[in-house]
Amino acid sequence: MTEAVFHVFRGDAKGGSLQPYKVQVEEGMVVLDAIHRIQAQDAPDLAVRWNCKAAKCGSCSAEVNGKPSLMCKTRLDALPLDQPVVVKPIRSFPVIRDLVTDVQWNYEVNKKIPPFTPKKDAPWRWMQEDIDRVQEFRKCIECFLCQNVCHVIREHGVKSGFAGPRFFVRVASVEMHPMDDLNRTALLKDEMGIGYCNITKCCTEVCPEDIHITDNAIIPLKERVVDDHYDPVRKIFRLLSGKKSS
Amino acid sequence: MARVAEAVASSESRATDRRDAWWLAPVSVAVGLGVLGLYLFWAAAQNGNFRFENYLSPVYSPEVHPSWWPISPAFLILLPPLFFRTTCYYYRKAYYRAFFWDPPACAVGEPHRNYTGEVKFPFILQNMHRFSFYLAAFWLIFLWYDVFEAFRFASGFGVGLGSLVILASTGTLTLYTLSCHSWRHMVGGKLDCFSCTASARSRHGVWQRVTHLNEHHQLFAWISLFAVTAADVYVRLLAMGVIHDVRLL
Repeated sequence: MTEAVFHVFRGDAKGGSLQPYKVQVEEGMVVLDAIHRIQAQDAPDLAVRWNCKAAKCGSCSAEVNGKPSLMCKTRLDALPLDQPVVVKPIRSFPVIRDLVTDVQWNYEVNKKIPPFTPKKDAPWRWMQEDIDRVQEFRKCIECFLCQNVCHVIREHGVKSGFAGPRFFVRVASVEMHPMDDLNRTALLKDEMGIGYCNITKCCTEVCPEDIHITDNAIIPLKERVVDDHYDPVRKIFRLLSGKKSS
Repeated sequence: MARVAEAVASSESRATDRRDAWWLAPVSVAVGLGVLGLYLFWAAAQNGNFRFENYLSPVYSPEVHPSWWPISPAFLILLPPLFFRTTCYYYRKAYYRAFFWDPPACAVGEPHRNYTGEVKFPFILQNMHRFSFYLAAFWLIFLWYDVFEAFRFASGFGVGLGSLVILASTGTLTLYTLSCHSWRHMVGGKLDCFSCTASARSRHGVWQRVTHLNEHHQLFAWISLFAVTAADVYVRLLAMGVIHDVRLL
């Protein structure tokens, strides 16, 4: 059995510091196991949010050695244990205590998205190929790692007028649904700030559900926004045909 | 314990706690794009040694010499492909990371605070990517004509190493163009229902194929850039008399 040193953030909204803890490492352990062992042996007041320990509830998001990840999905044998393992709370949201952050902002953003709105008098029937895309988006576990790593939020603090990758995925899931009757491109452009996204794909890199956020949600939505708001040829065609954009 | 305290303090002051070689990808992209970009700029500025018998460098295709254009025609010819690549969704990621450090890598700090993404000039023009796709797709007609010419020797049909180099250049450019995200949107991505009409059902088949290509868009972007550069180098060395073409058939 080997021993590893963990540097775990301890503190609250006023500030804090990394505290060193020694943990006996056993085969198959993940970072969340080590945090639980620290809680059990050294720091019973260490605050950590977790639930399923199976990478399905999205609760235990943290930054392990600087990488946004789920603690329950980060194996210790994948980390260099000859150096201290640094565990910090996700950086883009205010710390409540220790590894627990306040992600309330995300739920406020979610409220701005008009929900699934079915077409009136349409046959309530569709085929598998119509919802393959939507089903990928439904895998989201709302761990908010994509929101945390998105540099628009993380580095530039743009929370007003920007929704973040998680909510572009949510919009894509209703916008591309064959039965949905709303057009949300104006919302995406003006209120959700999809133009702030510069396609650097960090959201896709950190997604524990392997959702191709950038290629399958954000870029297709950007193209829909171009259709309705930036494409001059389509604009002229709409003017000539008398059709409205959205 | 003093050593632990020092390590803790230093990890708190860094722009990132990442310990992997996160810098390797942006540095590789910067070097790759920098070297290939500088070579292609130099080749475009030469205005010579771009044709050898039936081989034409893709940098100078289509071969035009407009009298009103005072400098090398390659700078005019390369505008559509340059427009396509600079607005390409893959290259945007590549150069925003490698040259603008916006961000240099995931969860790594950025050196500057002002950021407007793609909502203001000049980056709002990235929304015109579909128009650059139209031009790039049109340019392929000229490049495939060059492939046809590259297999047509004075003695008739033949295959030289140059024929294959030019075929590889145009072939990979075609894959790169057909794997474009905007094209994927146009062929079917914009539809919400793939099963509702006969035309939507056939577009779904095309969309699936383009989606498959699109998954390799980054690979095609790099291979095609190397292939175009290699084709220019090969034709240039032939034209300069440095090497001789190898006839295979």
